[in-house]
Amino acid sequence: MLEDLSHHILDIAENGVNAGADEISISIDDSGDMLLLSVRDNGRGMTEETVKAVVNPFYTTRTERRVGLGLPFLKQLAELCGGVFSVSSEPGRGTQVTASFLKTSIDVPPLGDVPSTLMTLFIGYPGIAWKYIHRRNEKEFSADSVELRETLGGGNVFLEPALALGVKEYIETNIDELYE
Amino acid sequence: MTEKKIRSLDDLRKLKEKTGDLTSARSEDDKVKIILGMGTCGIAAGAREIMNAVLKELETRKLHNVAVETTGCIGMCQNEPLLDVIRPGEPRITYCLVTPADVTRIISEHVVNGRIVQDKLFGRAD
Repeated sequence: MLEDLSHHILDIAENGVNAGADEISISIDDSGDMLLLSVRDNGRGMTEETVKAVVNPFYTTRTERRVGLGLPFLKQLAELCGGVFSVSSEPGRGTQVTASFLKTSIDVPPLGDVPSTLMTLFIGYPGIAWKYIHRRNEKEFSADSVELRETLGGGNVFLEPALALGVKEYIETNIDELYE
Repeated sequence: MTEKKIRSLDDLRKLKEKTGDLTSARSEDDKVKIILGMGTCGIAAGAREIMNAVLKELETRKLHNVAVETTGCIGMCQNEPLLDVIRPGEPRITYCLVTPADVTRIISEHVVNGRIVQDKLFGRAD
């Protein structure tokens, strides 16, 4: 199992990469009684039939193995935590996965290390424009991989470990400030 | 820790100035590649923590000629985290069940000195 929400985010976001997206937005809203998570991509999308199938652990398009556990894990977790899970998709337009969690639920996992998740995505998939928005009550932090890359001089700057770690620290500091 | 934390885009610009332009010093072909399995199985087994360990080790050793990449599930889920090293002109070496402590060894032994870490070896693909 994936131990916290940041691991789920990393996992779900990679579905968008595999769907051929070039822009993927991840958002977290930690304001009310529910924690809301959404991952939206502009990849090839899925038919209604496929959308129904993806939450079945024994559905996968891959040939390396016969299970696909990412979405079923997240669905199970959201429902266990008194929340709702949904996938909406349109062929040719993209897919949006949303999950909510009742914060008072005893099973709700910690948010975890979101900065490491984002840094891993930035490094692993430099061709994708990653957007991240994190809301907490009246405060908001957003990060954009394209803007960060330009700030650092352009090119695949995340390949330089010092800069990648710097970006991770930047995200960490700003998320921490939402909770002060 | 008295050093101010990186908080703004300006702080990142300053970091860039301090780091200098090291990324363009070598072409892609001269770079050592480290590839991490980042499918659901890899993530569940701790691949993201391996990514953190790799970056920290490269940063500590000031290694700038290493490209870190990720890949999906290759169907050997029970052996994750998997970490591959490809040195220029050499075969791809796959390490399995990698821990953050192994990362230090793999980088110092294999990435830097070209000596394969035998006890973590999964296989070789030419």
